Amino acid sequence: MDYQPIWLTFRLATITSAILLVLALPVAYWLAFGKFKGRGVVEAVIGLPLVLPPSVIGFYLLLAFSPSYWFGAWIEKVLGLRLVFSFPGLVIASILYSLPFMVYPIRAGLQSLPASLREASYTLGKTEMQTFFKVLLPNCKPAILTAFVLTFAHTVGEFGVVLMIGGNIPGVTKVASVAIYNEVEALNYGVANQYALILFAITFVILLLVYSINNRLLRVRQSA
Amino acid sequence: MSDSQLNIAIRHTLHTAQGTLPMEVSFSLEKAAIMALTGPSGAGKTTLLKQIAGLLMPEEGKIAIGNALWLDTQNQYKSPPQQRNIGFVFQDYALFPNMSVAENLTFALPKGGDKTIVEELLEATRLENLADRKPSQISGGQQQRVALARALVRKPELLLLDEPFSAVDPEMRYQLQEFILKFHKLYQFTAIIVTHETSEIFRLADQVGIMENGKLTQFGPPAQVYLNNSQPEKDLYIHGEIINYTKTADCILANAWIDNKIRLIELPFGMEEKALTGKKFTLCLSLQSPEILWLS
Repeated sequence: MDYQPIWLTFRLATITSAILLVLALPVAYWLAFGKFKGRGVVEAVIGLPLVLPPSVIGFYLLLAFSPSYWFGAWIEKVLGLRLVFSFPGLVIASILYSLPFMVYPIRAGLQSLPASLREASYTLGKTEMQTFFKVLLPNCKPAILTAFVLTFAHTVGEFGVVLMIGGNIPGVTKVASVAIYNEVEALNYGVANQYALILFAITFVILLLVYSINNRLLRVRQSA
Repeated sequence: MSDSQLNIAIRHTLHTAQGTLPMEVSFSLEKAAIMALTGPSGAGKTTLLKQIAGLLMPEEGKIAIGNALWLDTQNQYKSPPQQRNIGFVFQDYALFPNMSVAENLTFALPKGGDKTIVEELLEATRLENLADRKPSQISGGQQQRVALARALVRKPELLLLDEPFSAVDPEMRYQLQEFILKFHKLYQFTAIIVTHETSEIFRLADQVGIMENGKLTQFGPPAQVYLNNSQPEKDLYIHGEIINYTKTADCILANAWIDNKIRLIELPFGMEEKALTGKKFTLCLSLQSPEILWLS
């Protein structure tokens, strides 16, 4: 059995989740506390991946990334990067596809904190930035952990989008879910089962760890 | 207008459960005065406090303390809460759960600030032994002391307290008042305290403002506001019980249980046979002539 698809899957999920965490923090903060018009539009756009079939997202990303269209051509000219059928393209697609899984839990975590925490920090002379990093974020660790893991798991489970824009180039875009599909198509049920079992076991262990950590965090917070 | 005053004039629209309500408040406080802000809930007391702190923006208004201007909507000037030298004690204390007691206080220090004030305050509020505990690991009364101490770290000119006495039992309430009075003596801040207890108002405040439906309907020294009041329904009643009494040359001194505290009251002669141990009474302070009704 070739372990490369498994390795690639977890590499993609780790990179995607890490980048998304950095991107999602300001977005979640903005959605939670920002005062602006057009919030509904922003929310709808972020939430699209929750409801759209992955093939729809994949299809439009394929068009966007393709060098025959302006965005793909522009990226290729400026960065010298071809996004279609490449690992960087997969990362970008995964970021867009998993965006709500990172943004929504963090936003909910921020909103569940009492407003007085923020206000107290301001009255103690702290800026919005200091308040965010020293008061708000440390107090919604369970939400951030949940968001990270949901994003990770969602990226591991990605199939349709990858197939549309990545194809199945071994070592580049052939992730575990695509490998399973290929093996089943080729009637290699044994190999497909091995891939599936490994994915199943690893994701189960991750979720188990997260929920026990989260429960411990919550217990510490609630014990008074 | 002396420059040692807090001057406030605010116009705003309150959004209450009963609909919108125009809010209009203006008053001045001398430096180091303690003002009690009281009145029914939904009258706009917390809103006013937050507007003074800069956490809420009134539609129109001017707030100045001493030579510092905090808000002047006419000239489109607004200093953010960070730049107003205030201490705010929130109703829910708003202690940071991720920080220990000491860290909550240290957090309030400006960059490079002197740490001795933190130790000073921890000691003064008798929290030194709890310094490393998280807020969730200490009692409600202790949390309240942390909140008060934290609000004082920056040595604020103005201390705002939003119903600090509502959530704790009478013993702790009394203790907190002691702390507030002690720190007030030490740091000479001006203070505005939202409270409902008349006895606390008398004990702490130089001025009392009664806020109803977004307006300051009465403002002045507590004795004047409560005792000179000719409207009978606004009389002050103090309920108590005689514990024991001694006779002196010209009066009777009685220990009475009033507001969960034993207090010495002076009674004129002639009440001797009435002021027996165990008697319950109501002291009615109205029309400048205190009057005692004996209930049992």
